[in-house]
Amino acid sequence: MIKTDVVIIGAGPVGLFAVHQLGIKGLKAVVVDNLDKVGGQCIELYPDKPIYDIPAVPECTGKDLTDKLLEQIKPFKTTFFLNERVEEVKEEGNNWIVKTNNNNQFNAPNILIAGGVGSFEPRKLTTKGAEKFENKSIFYSVKNKDDFKNKNISIFGGGDSALDWALELSKFSKITLVHRRNEFRGAPHTLNEIKKLEEQKKISIKTPCQLDKIEGEDKIKSISIKYEDGKIENITTDFILSFFGLVMKLGPIAEWGLNMDKKTISVNPKNFETNKKGIFAAGDICSYPGKLKLILSGFHEVALASVECFKRARPNEKYRFEFTTSSKTIQDRLGKK
Amino acid sequence: MPKITYVDSQGNSKTIEVENGLTVMEGAIQNDIPGIDADCGGSMACATCHVYVEEKWFNKLPKAEDAEIDMIDMAVEPKKNSRLSCQLIVSDELEGLKVTTPEKQS
Repeated sequence: MIKTDVVIIGAGPVGLFAVHQLGIKGLKAVVVDNLDKVGGQCIELYPDKPIYDIPAVPECTGKDLTDKLLEQIKPFKTTFFLNERVEEVKEEGNNWIVKTNNNNQFNAPNILIAGGVGSFEPRKLTTKGAEKFENKSIFYSVKNKDDFKNKNISIFGGGDSALDWALELSKFSKITLVHRRNEFRGAPHTLNEIKKLEEQKKISIKTPCQLDKIEGEDKIKSISIKYEDGKIENITTDFILSFFGLVMKLGPIAEWGLNMDKKTISVNPKNFETNKKGIFAAGDICSYPGKLKLILSGFHEVALASVECFKRARPNEKYRFEFTTSSKTIQDRLGKK
Repeated sequence: MPKITYVDSQGNSKTIEVENGLTVMEGAIQNDIPGIDADCGGSMACATCHVYVEEKWFNKLPKAEDAEIDMIDMAVEPKKNSRLSCQLIVSDELEGLKVTTPEKQS
């Protein structure tokens, strides 16, 4: 059991800035995120896309913003629990016990949910029978390349993941690459390589078509794909690899007894507390009258939430509002002389 | 205000007036039209506001940008007349637009 002042769920920009706002008030936090890296949507969805509405930063990318936030919170030496999802939240006296799917447990007076629109999961195939074959013959990621040796593999998708794995696995397996339109979207170098391999008949490309049927009992034997003109083709297939990006699932958060408004958590805009004392929500996941899903709104929300977190974590101390420019205490916490 | 018709995968349709300047996605969300999730809130990052546009309208709409087409690749069962409703901005020219929502968004 790890004791801390605040458990932050979500390592996106809002979760990261929460570390800062709590840190300058002398509060310790841990951060839990389902992804394997920090940055949330900024890193997962638009690392290279420019953002133009961060105050005083005329232009930056999702990656720039994440890097800068990490630099800003460096003095607080925060521990990140990545690749972990919070499964359970339980009340114990005035505190909350938080359990993750990796068997980590935290005990804290405050939980701050900065979970965006939930955790990212691969988008699954919806074709009949697809569920039955998942992790047996259908995969949404490659964990161990050796499992994919000397097989007939049908890869679906038209982006970088589909192209990269088609290239890599074509070294030792028969690859069919299926995409719904004729154009692929990938690095020019990758596209050239794919073209070469197609000419050498090492990769077979099927466009414009989509998965129509999956055949097999315990394992997949073959699949049929349907062309835009209605023509059907059968392809001998051992494994399907599908790369249709990520979807966002709210997951266990929906079961913690919080007041929800569709897929968002209702909060009091005074301190961003939910209907449960000591559980806060900020960023895209919270809702209140006039809510805007902007990063800058999330920054404001965690600043206010951190004050209430302080009151709960230090019930015997008086909260004093201070400026970073003039407070010696804050400057000490930031390691400035 | 232009009237937009939303038809679900079962064929049930709802016609509502949507203010000029809003997107077809926002029109659906604000009026509790089921079948459009819009998880990312309109930043073209999720493909859960995917709709099929009636043929005669499809060619009249401003063409989809590359980023939208790439995102439609990720949608559930994309077709030739697929669009992301967060990219369709309502104006008087769209009076009578009809879109069909897919069976699932993710």
